[in-house]
Amino acid sequence: MTQAQLQEKANIPAQIEEPGIRNWRDYFSFNTDHKVIGIQYLVTTFIFYCIGGVMADLVRTELRTPESDFVSPELYNSLFTLHATIMIFLWIVPAGAGFANFLLPLMIGAKDMAFPRLNAVAFWIIPPAGLMLISSLLVGDAPDAGWTSYPPLSLVTGQVGEGIWIMSVLLLGTSSILGAINFLVTLIKMRTPGMGYHQMPLFCWAMLATSALVLVSTPVLAAGLILLAFDLIAGTTFFNPTGGGDPIVYQHMFWFYSHPAVYIMILPFFGVISEVIPVHSRKPIFGYKAIAYSSLAISFLGLIVWAHHMFTSGVPGWLRMFFMITTMIIAVPTGIKIFSWLATMWGGKLRLNTAMLFAMSFVGIFVIGGISGVMLAAVPFDIHVHDTYFVVAHLHYVLFGGSVLGIFAAIYHWFPKMTGRKLNEFWGQVHCALTVIGLNMTFLPMHKLGMMGMNRRIAQYDPKFTFLNEICTYGAYILAVSTLPFIINAIWSWMYGPKAGNNPWQALTLEWMTTSPPAIENFDKPPVLATGPYDYGLERTHEGVPLSDADPVLSAATNSVLRAEPDEPYPSIVAEKER
Amino acid sequence: MQSQTIDPAKTALNHHHTAAVADAHHQEHPDHRIFGLIMFLIAEGMIFMGLFGAYLAFRSTLPAWPPEGTPELELLLPGVNTANLIASSFVIHNADTAIKKNNVRGMQLWFAITAVMGVIFLAGQVYEYTHLEFGLTTNLFASAFYVLTGFHGLHVTIGVLAILAVLWRSRVKGHYSSEHHFGIEAAEIYWHFVDVIWIILFGLLYLL
Repeated sequence: MTQAQLQEKANIPAQIEEPGIRNWRDYFSFNTDHKVIGIQYLVTTFIFYCIGGVMADLVRTELRTPESDFVSPELYNSLFTLHATIMIFLWIVPAGAGFANFLLPLMIGAKDMAFPRLNAVAFWIIPPAGLMLISSLLVGDAPDAGWTSYPPLSLVTGQVGEGIWIMSVLLLGTSSILGAINFLVTLIKMRTPGMGYHQMPLFCWAMLATSALVLVSTPVLAAGLILLAFDLIAGTTFFNPTGGGDPIVYQHMFWFYSHPAVYIMILPFFGVISEVIPVHSRKPIFGYKAIAYSSLAISFLGLIVWAHHMFTSGVPGWLRMFFMITTMIIAVPTGIKIFSWLATMWGGKLRLNTAMLFAMSFVGIFVIGGISGVMLAAVPFDIHVHDTYFVVAHLHYVLFGGSVLGIFAAIYHWFPKMTGRKLNEFWGQVHCALTVIGLNMTFLPMHKLGMMGMNRRIAQYDPKFTFLNEICTYGAYILAVSTLPFIINAIWSWMYGPKAGNNPWQALTLEWMTTSPPAIENFDKPPVLATGPYDYGLERTHEGVPLSDADPVLSAATNSVLRAEPDEPYPSIVAEKER
Repeated sequence: MQSQTIDPAKTALNHHHTAAVADAHHQEHPDHRIFGLIMFLIAEGMIFMGLFGAYLAFRSTLPAWPPEGTPELELLLPGVNTANLIASSFVIHNADTAIKKNNVRGMQLWFAITAVMGVIFLAGQVYEYTHLEFGLTTNLFASAFYVLTGFHGLHVTIGVLAILAVLWRSRVKGHYSSEHHFGIEAAEIYWHFVDVIWIILFGLLYLL
């Protein structure tokens, strides 16, 4: 086994006699271990996902019939507002941070994050902020202006809830910024000696791009919300036209964050897919640098496209043209990634386990969302479908078909590392199938509904839309059911699942080179890189160099064959003849 | 200069932790706090950039700016205050020079002077607030004026508190040395940041 020998020589597993077993109480305490914090993030956000999912199903139940007969229209408005806010700020964004917390120090061979206590603070902001947000439903005056919270509407309805919403989002934004500072410093300063930027796994590149984006864009949302809070509480009129203010300025500030936010929500999972696909295709990733740099390109372009959300807000024509063009350009780096993943799978020895199935579903379904995104970037088309269900379909294909499938791919891929146990394959595949069927059934008909002219954010609609809405609603129920096998599978496997071993997928990135679950402080000594992160199948190209060779560059590096003396026969050929 | 002898307890060759473990542990982790602080200040700067951007947007969309009937801003006191704040940035830099020479007394002196200058700045702000002829909700300009200067004043307050915290800690002999003085450096960088933001803010609100 070439693989096993490589690992044994190159990396020293963490000392197991150190207290490596975590007590369950650690997960409910202010712990500074990045692995505990990562799992705290993931479990917390998953609970919020379930809460947001229940809200989505209540919304869909209301929309099953054209009349407003299930919940009151006011409650309906609050439900979709909270559904969106929870799914964005309490599920997808912090889930990405959770994986980054668990994986980044392991992937770069560090013992922990750069600022462990700051890391714990960033996590512990989330539960109170989330509970505060949901408690606004109990106050009876919940926010109901949509997650965009556009003034002047947000200043006149659900004012108490709006105040709570602003506080909560400010707190979650703070958490996100503190996390990003930590990721950036960790990635830039704490890579193991010998790991340059171009030896980092692609998930690290994705988090580098994401964190830079968080750092630059989130504070602008904070500034906008501070001004909105003054309007709401102190009676200023920054965004209130009745007092001479300008609501369009809020839209600019809001989307300056909230468009990059969609990249903050998808880039970490682009990174996840770039990890999962090569491991389970047993092939080197196609276009490592192209994928790495396209993440940076997306995060830069993501900062200069925000006004495409405002084509109908009366922005000047030349500005529309600028934002249309930049938005369409984003399809290029995204396409580079998609084709690189396809080329990675092409001719690979695919292992169709649950993680890989989720990753493949991601690639397929995300493309649909990406294409409808390019359609929406075109000004004439956008004006036609603005604020219709076409937009709802697009964003759910990107965020559910993209981010959420990415989250599940990551969970199935790294669950053995996080817990030391394997998830059940059969129920995992049931989960995957139900999710893919449910999500297409829920969101595909919405494209048609949008083209027919059904508005979003309404509780009642024209009866001619009934049939498609029924399909959407039943699809949403399938999605609700699809979560059950996962929850049971995860809890059962965490307690009783078969032991996974240190490297069940025979992967090459550093997180697999320590114990499962990793011991405290991860590695005894800074690990030494023996291979690139994705050099699958390349071990055989230089079998001849004895693996006992002290120099890992000679014994393991991919191009060590070039170091052979040209006059001498290659050692493996000699060995072959002598046999 | 410290001698360059090799401490066996601190080398990678020694697997067994010895009495020097705490020290060795400390040495294993390079200090990334300054870099982290700079990242944080980028985020802080972006909040101010957001507010400045909003201010410029209001300014450019409204037909008259400041809106008609806004009393003229007095320039003398804010001008003096600005000079005071800029001067304090040079004063605080002397503290950094002092501590690099292991001169804790000098550092304390320069930090104390900076803190006094910061308090003078804040007092000037309070005086201006109480003597202005417009309130927070008078008009858009007035709201922007109070929110921007108030948000900056909050940062000056935090800066002064950081300086006082450093002074409080420096009472322990040996807490800061020419080698270890993150707190001093951080307070100084933060103070420069607050200063630069004020210069932009002064230009936008008073001069433009």
